[in-house]
Amino acid sequence: MIRIQNLNKSYVVGNTEMHVLKNLEVHIQAGELVSIMGSSGSGKSTLLNIIGILDSYDAGEYYLDNVLIKNLNESKAARLRNQLIGFVFQSFNLISFKNAMENVALPLYYQKVSRKERNKRALAYLDKLGLLEWAEHMPNELSGGQQQRVAIARAMVSEPKIILADEPTGALDSKTSHDVISLFREIHQTGITVIIVTHESDIAERTKRVIQIRDGAIIADV
Amino acid sequence: MLNLDKFQEIFDTVKKNKLRTFLTCFSVAWGIFILIILLGAGTGLENGVRQEFSRDAINSVWIRRGQTSKPYKGLQAGREIQFTNEDYEELQRTIEGIEYISSRFYVWGNNNITYKDNYEAFNIISAHPEHQYLENTQLMKGRFINVRDVEQRRKVAVIGNQVETALFKKKHAIGEYIGINGISFKVIGTFTDERDEWQQRLIYLPISTGQRVFNGKNKVHVISFTTGNSSPEEGAAMEKKARSILAQRHHFDVKDERAVHIGNRWEEYLKFMRLFGGIRIFIWVIGIGTIVAGIVGVSNIMLIAVKERTREIGIRKALGASPWSIIDLILTESIFITVVSGYAGLILGVGVLEIVSKYVPPSTYFRNPEIDVTVAVGALLLLVFAGCVAGFIPARKAAQVKPIVALHDE
Repeated sequence: MIRIQNLNKSYVVGNTEMHVLKNLEVHIQAGELVSIMGSSGSGKSTLLNIIGILDSYDAGEYYLDNVLIKNLNESKAARLRNQLIGFVFQSFNLISFKNAMENVALPLYYQKVSRKERNKRALAYLDKLGLLEWAEHMPNELSGGQQQRVAIARAMVSEPKIILADEPTGALDSKTSHDVISLFREIHQTGITVIIVTHESDIAERTKRVIQIRDGAIIADV
Repeated sequence: MLNLDKFQEIFDTVKKNKLRTFLTCFSVAWGIFILIILLGAGTGLENGVRQEFSRDAINSVWIRRGQTSKPYKGLQAGREIQFTNEDYEELQRTIEGIEYISSRFYVWGNNNITYKDNYEAFNIISAHPEHQYLENTQLMKGRFINVRDVEQRRKVAVIGNQVETALFKKKHAIGEYIGINGISFKVIGTFTDERDEWQQRLIYLPISTGQRVFNGKNKVHVISFTTGNSSPEEGAAMEKKARSILAQRHHFDVKDERAVHIGNRWEEYLKFMRLFGGIRIFIWVIGIGTIVAGIVGVSNIMLIAVKERTREIGIRKALGASPWSIIDLILTESIFITVVSGYAGLILGVGVLEIVSKYVPPSTYFRNPEIDVTVAVGALLLLVFAGCVAGFIPARKAAQVKPIVALHDE
């Protein structure tokens, strides 16, 4: 599903160049449940952004579903993101003036699905995550755990092949964190590739494979 | 471009910022309102003056006798020029493009006009049939002088409505005989000229009759003609030709402006129209200036909105929104706001003009302030364009938002 070869990426900050990813090699099969671990500044978020086609890279190759992702224009990147990838963020990133159902339905809007169909599918996913009765509520009326579940429903509604989660439990208490990770495990059971970026080892322990990154290079892959 | 879903998206954001949206709308609506009021007032001014001019044929050329001021071919200065029927015939024959032509023979002094026991003094002009169109004479009853009347020197008269009222009171005038300086004339028509009271106290006779009865021989005091649909340049050429023909026939220097006085109202009229053209440009400049201020306001507010919505735009992009769909969203919102509020301003402006034209009495310099449909449509197109311009920079800025930057946790 994901094949990364010899990937290099550097940022220019002021006058100094920061080499964030150094000759990275990562292969992830379809249907895996993987966590990427590392302290902050290790380059794990950059890697996730590159995998999510939100960021570009300098050298090497990245194949997503056997398509080379390199120098895509923004429209094409947007289309691939929309079709293949679902995102879950640390701070949920729900749109504040839309209710839960509308938030979940948003990816389908960009797939030109009709409003009625969108809302139907969104409600189905909210139901799956036990949030049906909260469908009409605005994000600020929901608890952190509920918001993150809405965000997960939004990531799943377009039926992507990969779900990318960037510190999905970073803003949640341990009980809720536990529930969210269980949820990812369930999603993984349905055959979707799940990649979670985290710096918490107890989260990483619950995934099938852990890739550890330090200073832009892989130091462990078990 | 237009679909309900997108408008739903726009309504959501507009509803979220009611005050901001209102202020934006107000600046645009105000701009259009001012433009409409100014244009309407300009038209009102123009209509007033146009009406003032329309009492006489605008494109008419009036030729009056004068005195030579320059010696010419051995002839002394100070000679009086006297027109004759032959001058009239010559001009009629040789100048191309004449629409109507007539000569006038005045019967000077206050002539004593009688009908039975009633009598009063009125002015008399003898003229050709086409004179009717030169003065905008509006017939009320009967007919004007015709060719037969002139050929046969009939003793017939067309009288102004004040003459009719004075002599006939409320009785029927057509077919009755009135006495002019003791000679009997049959009344064949009555007329009015709404804008000119002097005209209403006039009596018209056939030119031939007037010349014979009042001892005018073949003398003519004034010759006038209209230039029809000729352009101002052609009109000027016709005037010049008339002058040179008369100069030749009466032996005076063509450059001697005082030998004959030639006046035409269309030159004056054109001068006014040029003035109005200038005023109109001035109004558009002010109006568009006001609208530009509105556009800058919209653009500015949209720019702030885009900045505030950076995160939202980032989310949308991460979920698969293409840069184009973001541009589309911002641009449509901008166009939507300008068109809706501009339309409101337009309606309000037209409403005010309607009320003014209904309740403010028309005067010499102001009547019927109005906006024609093309201007209104033009203003609306201008608004769409304005919306595009106003939305362009914010939309481009929005499209450049990088999802990773926008989603970066603060």
